[in-house]
Amino acid sequence: MTVKQEKQFSSARIAIELVDVKKSFGNQQVLSGVNLQVEEGTTTVIVGASGQGKSVILKHMLGLMKPDAGQIKVFGQDVASASRRQLKEIRKDFGVLFQNVALFDSMTIYDNVALPLRERTEAGEEEIRANVEEKLNMMDLHGVHEKFPAQISGGMQKRVGLARALVLDPKIVFFDEPTTGLDVLKSNEIYRLFHDTQARLRYTAVIVSHDVPKIFKLSDRVALLAEGVIQSSISPEEFQRSDNPLIRHFVETTMGPIYSSEKEETAPL
Amino acid sequence: MFSFFEKIGDHGLYYLEQAGRMGLFLLACVWRMVTPPYKLFPAVRQIHFIGARSIFVILFTGGFTGMVLALQGYYTLRKFGSEGLLGAAVALSLIRELGPVLAALMVVGRAGSAITAEIGIMRNSEQIDALECMAIDPCRYLMVPKFIAGIVSLPLLTAVFDMVGILGGYLVGVMMLGVNGGTYFQGMYSSVDWNDIEMGLVKSLVFGLLIVWIATAKGYFLHWERSGGFGAEGVSRTTTSAVVLASVTVLVWDYLLSAIML
Repeated sequence: MTVKQEKQFSSARIAIELVDVKKSFGNQQVLSGVNLQVEEGTTTVIVGASGQGKSVILKHMLGLMKPDAGQIKVFGQDVASASRRQLKEIRKDFGVLFQNVALFDSMTIYDNVALPLRERTEAGEEEIRANVEEKLNMMDLHGVHEKFPAQISGGMQKRVGLARALVLDPKIVFFDEPTTGLDVLKSNEIYRLFHDTQARLRYTAVIVSHDVPKIFKLSDRVALLAEGVIQSSISPEEFQRSDNPLIRHFVETTMGPIYSSEKEETAPL
Repeated sequence: MFSFFEKIGDHGLYYLEQAGRMGLFLLACVWRMVTPPYKLFPAVRQIHFIGARSIFVILFTGGFTGMVLALQGYYTLRKFGSEGLLGAAVALSLIRELGPVLAALMVVGRAGSAITAEIGIMRNSEQIDALECMAIDPCRYLMVPKFIAGIVSLPLLTAVFDMVGILGGYLVGVMMLGVNGGTYFQGMYSSVDWNDIEMGLVKSLVFGLLIVWIATAKGYFLHWERSGGFGAEGVSRTTTSAVVLASVTVLVWDYLLSAIML
C-alpha cells in the first residue's frame, strides 16, 4: 500500500482551516474570502497565477500576517486572534521551507540545522549532533557541515532548508515555491526528498507552487487561488477534469490543451 | 491647500506610528532582557563585537581628544595665568561630557551601523520570519544580547576613552608644553568628585541603551520604512538614517541628562 493510499484511509482530522479570510493592501483586495481545509497527513498544493496572493495565504497560515477578517485555524486554534505566546506554541508544530530558503548566512550549515534544537529543546550537544547528522544524511548532504550557505549551491541550500524545517519533526510543513530557481534535475531531487521524508515522517504539507503539472504528482489536493478566492480544493485528477472555467483556463495555460493525466503518470520525480 | 495639510498630517501619523512601534519594541526587548532564560554566551559574543572590537577607535579618538583639549586649554588658561588647572579642565571635560558623547558617537559609527545592516539584511532575506516560524523569539534571540552588550560595553569604553584622553592631555600639557606633572594630576584629584564620575557613567549607560535600541529597531522595522526598505539600497538608506538618528539622539539626551543631573 502506498503512502498516498494509506493517507486516504486515515481518519480525516482537519489540520488547517481558513474561514472567509480577507486581506487588502491599501486599495487592493488580495484575498476576498478564502475558504480552505487541509486534512492532517495530506499534501495540499496551492496554485495560481503570479501575484494572486498564494504566498500571502501561506504567511497568514504561519501567523506572519494578520487577516482583515476571517479565521485561520491550526488544529482548531485561531492563528489570527492568537496572542504572541499562543502563536509561539502553535508554531512549534511548524516547519517552513522559504522560497529563498532564509538560511542564516553568518552560520555554518551545521549550526543552521542545529539552531531549532539548541533554542527550542534542552537537548545536549551530543544529541543535537546525532539529530542534525540524521537530517543532513536524509537530505544526502555530506561534508558540508562547516560550510556557510553562500559556499554551497542553490539546490543544496534548499536541501539544508528542508533539513532545518524537519529537524524538530513538525506536524505541518509549509513549502513556499520549493523549486524556484532550480533546474529540472535539482527540482526532481527536491520532490524526491519531499516524497521520501513525508513517507517517513507523515507530516501535513502545504505547498505553494507554480511547478504545474509536476507538483500534482505529489499532491492529494490542489487548490486554485484566483480572483481572491480558492476556486477549488480537489484531487489532481478532478482538478484536471474540472468544468470550472477558471480551473480550465489555468490548466490550459499551464499545461497546454493537449495535456492528459496519463502523460503525467509517466513524468519522472 | 488641503493636500498640503493632508501631507503634513500623513507624515505626522507616520512618525507617530513609527515612534510607537519603536517604543513597544524597546519595552519588549527590555522585558526579555530581565526575564529568564538568560544566555551568557551570545551576550559575551556581542560584548566582543560592540566593546572589544571598538577599543582601537576609542584609544585613537580618546588620545587625540585629550591632546587637543590640553593644547586648546593650555593657551586659554595661560591668558588667565591658570595653567595649573589644565589637569582639572581636561579631566572634567572628558569625564562629564566628551568621554561619554564621543565614545557613544564612535560606537554608533562602528557598531550601530553594522547592527542595523545585519538585522536589516536578516529582515529582507526572511531570516527573521524564519526565526518566528521556528517559534524562536527574534527579540530574545537577536536583540537581547545586543542590548546587554550595549549597556555593558559603553561605560567600559567610556572609561577607557577618559583614561586615554587624560594621558593624551598629560602628553601634550606636561611633556610638550611644560605644565608641571604633579600640578596636572593634583588639579584633577582636587576637582573631580564622585558626582562627575556618576554623570559620565549614567550618560554612557543611557547612550548604550539608546544606540542599540535605535540600531536594532531600524533594522527590525526595515520593511515599514516609508522610503522603502527593500534590497541593498533600502538597507543602506536605513543604515544611514539609523546612524543619523542615533547620533542626534545621543546629543539630545546628553543635554537632557546634563540638565537633569547638574
